[in-house]
Amino acid sequence: MPKRIITSIQAIGHRTIDSIWRLGCAVRFFVLVFLKSTTSFLRFGLVIREIYFVGVLSLIIILVSGLFVGMVLGLQGYETLQKYGSESAVGTLVALSLVRELGPVMAALLFASRAGSAITAEIGLMKATEQLSAMAMMAVDPIARVVAPRFWAGVISMPLLAALFSVLGVFGGYLVAVVFIGVDEGSFWSSMQNAVDFRYDIVNGVIKSCFFGVAVTAIAVFEGFDAPPTAEGVSGATTRTVVTSALAILGLDFVLTSFMFRGVD
Amino acid sequence: MSEPLIEIKDLAFSYSTRPILRSVNMTMSRGKVIAIMGGSGSGKTTLLRLIGGEIKPTAGYVKVAGQVVHKLSRNDLFKLRRKMGMLFQFGALFTDLSVFDNVAFQIREHTNLPESMIRDLVLMKLHAVGLRGACHLMPAELSGGMARRVALARSIALDPMLIMYDEPFTGLDPISLSVIGSLIRRLTDALGVTSIVVTHDVQESLKIVDYVYFLADGVIAAHGTPEEVKGSVAPFVHQFVHGEEDGPVPFHYPAEAYQKDLKLETHFA
Repeated sequence: MPKRIITSIQAIGHRTIDSIWRLGCAVRFFVLVFLKSTTSFLRFGLVIREIYFVGVLSLIIILVSGLFVGMVLGLQGYETLQKYGSESAVGTLVALSLVRELGPVMAALLFASRAGSAITAEIGLMKATEQLSAMAMMAVDPIARVVAPRFWAGVISMPLLAALFSVLGVFGGYLVAVVFIGVDEGSFWSSMQNAVDFRYDIVNGVIKSCFFGVAVTAIAVFEGFDAPPTAEGVSGATTRTVVTSALAILGLDFVLTSFMFRGVD
Repeated sequence: MSEPLIEIKDLAFSYSTRPILRSVNMTMSRGKVIAIMGGSGSGKTTLLRLIGGEIKPTAGYVKVAGQVVHKLSRNDLFKLRRKMGMLFQFGALFTDLSVFDNVAFQIREHTNLPESMIRDLVLMKLHAVGLRGACHLMPAELSGGMARRVALARSIALDPMLIMYDEPFTGLDPISLSVIGSLIRRLTDALGVTSIVVTHDVQESLKIVDYVYFLADGVIAAHGTPEEVKGSVAPFVHQFVHGEEDGPVPFHYPAEAYQKDLKLETHFA
């Protein structure tokens, strides 16, 4: 067998083993974060502080994006529905699209870009500047003190941000459909009220955003903690957080949707 | 003679297959300043990390206060670390905390002292390093020398029995260098701690230390008091102390013969 083929097979083997090894590290890290979360709950101030950084500071991008997405949905929905004389159903279309899909997914994608990357960069830089080693040498566990509060802050913030995204989206749809185009306000809201089910639509949307929150924040803290302690290492980890999070969100979305909305009762 | 605070016996450590330390033996008495010198990559910082229990040896052991560090459980290791302070090369201050909060960090994490008492303790520690007036500054506002003094105040926050300094003189101007040097000596004497200074700054460290170990090729190449070191005729010590370009530590990294590498032999053949 030619040497090049053997080298290629070896390279594939090495990559596979590395990936499995890294996955094992990630799972082990994730378990450690759970086990060491006691500090986060006993000193909830640490989590509140991080909620400010990952949640409150993400509000602007989430709210503005939600408003625009809702406005676009209003426009596109009206454009299509009016062909069938069902323009009053635009409220239903906007609300269902947002609470079931776009709210949790878009908010999670934005959260990964805004807060996930920031968490990775911060933890990665703390590692590169030996702050995590210094903490460990002071007998303070960096996973309990640095990682766990950020993880729980992300998990708590995500569903709230997704809910706000959906609320602003619905408002955006209302602005375009009712205020600008002139769809009847009563039918806009009543069709929405009739179509959206609290348990089936809203709760499922919230469950989705909780899953996304765990996935995005777990990826962000792991990538930061695992980043090589160099400028290049931290920048690579930040990129990986955004890319992996986006893929995880979209993949998880399909899996969750297939369990939640199968089109049969 | 009292039992030494640190005993290192046949210590070896390798990164995968690359040996860093081969067989290191040392004893360090309480209340002394001990320097560990050696060229870049000689394993000085690795030795500190082994003493602090950050990594485990491949052979031998480090005993601190009678306890074999790598055999301690995580809880016991953390208990031991509360009695250790470490000054990192560039301070490693927490960049999101002020100078005051950096020094208070360990006290808040490990004690339930009231905030008024923490304030007094922190100001005392900062006063000891001459930076009480800088307590409200953020780490980004400090010079390199100031950052290291704050890190020094932080490392003595819980009155440790051992302080480890990783390259404390690197990148400092002569005044800051002298200040850090005299602080290491003064704090060691005043607090009765043992100080281990990992450095390659020969002139500054020989002024303040009680004993010197030279690391080369993973073993202790020489050791002695500063006077013995200055007068040593051992080739390695002489080269290191006088900063000579060539000697037992060669200028050239091991390589093929120069002519062969440039293919001069075949060219002129």
